[in-house]
Amino acid sequence: MIIGDIVNGIVIDHIKVGQGEEIYHALELDKLDAMVIVLHNATSAAMGHKDVIKFDKIIDLDLDKLSYIAPGVTVSVIKGGEVVVSEELELPERLVNVVQCRNPRCITSVEQELAHEFRLANREKRVYRCIYCESEA
Amino acid sequence: MRHLLDIMDFSVVELQELIDCAMDIIAQPKKYAETCHGKKLATLFFEPSTRTRLSFEAAMYELGGNVLGFSDGSNSSAAKGESVSDTIEVVSCYADIIAMRHPKEGAPLVATRRTGVPIINAGDGGHCHPTQTLADLLTIHRELGRLDHLTIGLCGDLKFGRTVHSLIAAMSRYEGVRFVLISPEELRVPGYVINEIMEPAGVPYVEVRSLEEAMPELDVLYMTRIQRERFTNQEEYMRLKDSYVLTPEKMKTAKQEMRVLHPLPRVNEISVAVDDDPRAAYFRQALNGKYMRMALILKLLEVTV
Repeated sequence: MIIGDIVNGIVIDHIKVGQGEEIYHALELDKLDAMVIVLHNATSAAMGHKDVIKFDKIIDLDLDKLSYIAPGVTVSVIKGGEVVVSEELELPERLVNVVQCRNPRCITSVEQELAHEFRLANREKRVYRCIYCESEA
Repeated sequence: MRHLLDIMDFSVVELQELIDCAMDIIAQPKKYAETCHGKKLATLFFEPSTRTRLSFEAAMYELGGNVLGFSDGSNSSAAKGESVSDTIEVVSCYADIIAMRHPKEGAPLVATRRTGVPIINAGDGGHCHPTQTLADLLTIHRELGRLDHLTIGLCGDLKFGRTVHSLIAAMSRYEGVRFVLISPEELRVPGYVINEIMEPAGVPYVEVRSLEEAMPELDVLYMTRIQRERFTNQEEYMRLKDSYVLTPEKMKTAKQEMRVLHPLPRVNEISVAVDDDPRAAYFRQALNGKYMRMALILKLLEVTV
């Protein structure tokens, strides 16, 4: 199967098999006015198999959300057929409005227009805590 | 400008400075009697609290300052739906320092973003109550002469008790401290307190069910109330509420220099017959709370004496 290369756009690579769909919806790529390819179960030298997402438009991706959902993926920006930026995403130190605090006693449950913010409390165990009430995300 | 939202906002050195200041206040109260003359403390209690509010107000009056505020959210603009941010921004126009209690966790952090005056967290839901921990630290210091090399027993509700979690965090920074965690299975200390506070600090601890067995080795026994308001299942509350009751009989096996602390109010977890035991330090602890709040107000207002 041959899929054309992107000239101007973004490639999200090294996605765990099965997670491509989740990322597609989380980043709302279904609303993107561009060609989007979600490749499932592609062969990978490093991972065995992987998912890949490509789209032929350069947009501001919500990298915090993407790195929270799928740390370890690689995001490459393609311009004129060349990779101009390529970055492997790590878990972000802070999340702003990516996840909602579920603690009903948290101030975020009542305060007008207050952003839901979490800090990375334990990278190894992927634990995020609300900066207001310290509840786990 | 500094605030106090969580006891961990202050280093061990800063805590010692507060203790030293409180000790000086105790020794020379007249020296401090007018140090906050012309300053105003706003006590914003969005939920009722008797002892903490009165302690703050007494502290400010003894420093020669004035107090304004409210003691119940239903009497404030919060009842009309005003946000914490807006209330704080307005009150900041009238006061030099704010002590606030709020039922929602993290409300004091929100307050710090919209004010030009220091904010003191006087309790935010089940989250933090750092000035109680200040009272605890001064009490241990005064009663035992040190904050290090202690075996501290925490007994009762170790799951929901915010004062327990704050005390563990604060004391984990002192050398030679060891914890004995005494609770029913259902009210054990949460996993994050172990995984994110005690274990990274390398603090030894044991979890036990029996107060009697733990008693002889303790230097401090921190009793807590089983809080009815934390239970959604009242049957479970009724089953657990009398798990531990400290009696003169149990005190017989304790060390002579051991001290009993309690953040108060107590219900029936300490028999009133224990009150006359010189090792019962909980009412002295309440007094120490006032001295530490005085020291804290001076520090945050940057008053030099």
